[in-house]
Amino acid sequence: MDHALVIHRLHFAFTVTFHYLFPQLTMGLAPLIVVLKTLALRTGNEVYNQAARFWAKIFGINFIMGVVTGIPMEFQFGTNWSHFSRVTGGVIGQPLVMEGVFSFFLESAFLGLFLYGEKRLGPRGHWWSALLVFLGSWLSGFFIIVTDAWMQHPVAYERMADGGYQVSSFWGLLFNPWALLQYAHNMSGAVITAAFVMSAVGAYYLVEEKFVEYGRIFVRLGVITGLVFCILQIFPTGDLHGRYLAKHQPVTTAAMEGLFKTESGAPIVIIGQPDEEHQRIDNPFVVNKALSFLIYGTTTAEVKGLNEFPRDEWPTNIPLLYYSYHIMAGLGTIFVAIMITAVFLLWRKKLFQSRWMLWVLMLSLPFPYIANTAGWMTAEIGRQPWLVYGLMRTTEGYSKYVNAGNGLFTLLGFMGIYSLLAVLFLFLFQREVTHGPGPGMDGPVNTGMPITLA
Amino acid sequence: MLLTWFLLVAIMITAYVVLDGFDLGAGALHLLIAKTDQERRTILRSIGPVWDGNEVWLIAGGGTLYFAFPLLYASGFSGFYLPLMIVLWLLIFRGIGIELRMHLDSPTWRGFFDGCFAFSSVLLTIFYGAALGNVLRGVPLQKDGYFFLPLWTDWSVGPQPGILDWYTIIAGVVALVALTLHGAHYLALKTEGDLNLRARGVAASLWPVLVMVTLASLVATLIVRPELLNNYKRFPVFFVIPLAVAASLFLMPHFRRKGADKAAFLASSAYLVFMLVGAAAGVYPNLLVSTTAPFP
Repeated sequence: MDHALVIHRLHFAFTVTFHYLFPQLTMGLAPLIVVLKTLALRTGNEVYNQAARFWAKIFGINFIMGVVTGIPMEFQFGTNWSHFSRVTGGVIGQPLVMEGVFSFFLESAFLGLFLYGEKRLGPRGHWWSALLVFLGSWLSGFFIIVTDAWMQHPVAYERMADGGYQVSSFWGLLFNPWALLQYAHNMSGAVITAAFVMSAVGAYYLVEEKFVEYGRIFVRLGVITGLVFCILQIFPTGDLHGRYLAKHQPVTTAAMEGLFKTESGAPIVIIGQPDEEHQRIDNPFVVNKALSFLIYGTTTAEVKGLNEFPRDEWPTNIPLLYYSYHIMAGLGTIFVAIMITAVFLLWRKKLFQSRWMLWVLMLSLPFPYIANTAGWMTAEIGRQPWLVYGLMRTTEGYSKYVNAGNGLFTLLGFMGIYSLLAVLFLFLFQREVTHGPGPGMDGPVNTGMPITLA
Repeated sequence: MLLTWFLLVAIMITAYVVLDGFDLGAGALHLLIAKTDQERRTILRSIGPVWDGNEVWLIAGGGTLYFAFPLLYASGFSGFYLPLMIVLWLLIFRGIGIELRMHLDSPTWRGFFDGCFAFSSVLLTIFYGAALGNVLRGVPLQKDGYFFLPLWTDWSVGPQPGILDWYTIIAGVVALVALTLHGAHYLALKTEGDLNLRARGVAASLWPVLVMVTLASLVATLIVRPELLNNYKRFPVFFVIPLAVAASLFLMPHFRRKGADKAAFLASSAYLVFMLVGAAAGVYPNLLVSTTAPFP
């Protein structure tokens, strides 16, 4: 493969993967903060307001990181993927500019009100500001998904004389069925991250026997939300998305599942290592007929294997695609088990005393991030070798005039800067968690000036 | 249609320069005129609620360019690859400089982020000026509409220039001086006491420098790219634009001496607007001047 192409792909992959660590928490946390604010309004219990303020601070730090790592994303379409931009600007420029201006603006304006306007807005006004932050961040996410969905499943476009594409129906672009499925699956994934982070912080407080009152609120809200969305993540969102994928990108489905040859009553591989050379799965652990059932609803249906497709349409990195998908799906299944156990213990009123379960919740913190990242890797590696599925190959899209040396220079630069951001983020996050929620919050952790909007 | 989109992008870029310009200028002055923690907080508080809204104009401009002129977006962004990436890095440092400073009550922590904020603000103004200089001087467009510029070659404006040459450096200095002065007017407007006096003092001493570099840039532009006068010769009414630049330039000290901080700030805003309008009027119908093809 062309060396520069590899660098440009890594460049986007690295910066977007790092970026999405932050929005997945803010988008997931925003509705949970609305729940806390609602509880505060309904019960009149100040503790819920304090809890909301605590998570607002975590939200704020994540939001800053999301903003500063998000701006480079828009620019990279032009800098590193210039030919792609030239051809598709007439389509995906539209949702991107809407995301940039509309949602980003709304979101940062409302966030300013939410973070610093509590006194002035009063309880009801402040609840509304929390709701608007939630809607703004989810709208923002929608435009990004619309962009990606068009690359996965181009609809509502027409080809112009100069070879470029333009939108033929704005609403068709916006309501691409792929976008709706992907959006549901993705947003549910974001809520799962927030639910796990909230229950992990709560479990930490309970294990440490600090801020116990808050720890219980966080664990309770975290595990109930977590259970609901872990189930939604699999059924219906993951299920529907998987079937739609099998219909429109069957070669991707075959590669994800490690299905080299067409089979009737195809099994699902739980564990095993794909061996591309011999076209088989090594050390397989399979459930017979399950794949046919999941895709077509019958145990005998035929599922097309990779052998049905020309080699030049196979995803370019089948092992990584296979592992990404299996890590996502495997973790998703484990999450359901964890959350069912936790909610069962909560129902039996034993959760807050079960130290082992609190430890499990606490140590689970990184895994939803891994699952979300693996999910996106599945989507994007699965789209290969296409940049826009069926329309434009990845090999055609990058900036031919930006050579590998210049690309590597800026990739290393981003790696260095993002390492610094990661250190700063973990330091500030740890500080907020150590300081904890509660009335004493306006003490040493001083963010109490109206600097931040974004 | 072309004219409509051209105007829209030009308006967005102008809005960005005028609006983000004053908080970039405030950043450039941050270490210079604010000595105590309290004073630095005052500066940050004066731009805190607006800086990111101002930056949205950059994102909007970039997005509109992408949508309306995909070829220009593709060609320009990949051709100016290195400086754009450096601009992105500087925007990151500026963002955390402003936003993370207050999280810790420690002089070391705050000093670091003050440094990030000031350093990135200064460099950004220079890069923006140099970027405009590149658009006016032109870039070596290939037949397929693409190009790639190294950061510098031999510092001359020849047919294979770098991002930085003597001409674009002059443009960078103009931007640094103009935006710093603009920021000084903004701070004079938004602060009181010592800080206000210092901001006015900076404005007073920068003004003659701005007059000189503005003239230098005018002369340099006419040497490097005399074709920019074509539109002016065709439509002599355009000559009111340089007159408006001169007028706004001379109104700045007039208002400042009267203590009319708001009027002085509006004068420097007008200066920036007319400088950009003057450039756009010369460049149109080009979006990016080519050094390898005749100027249409």
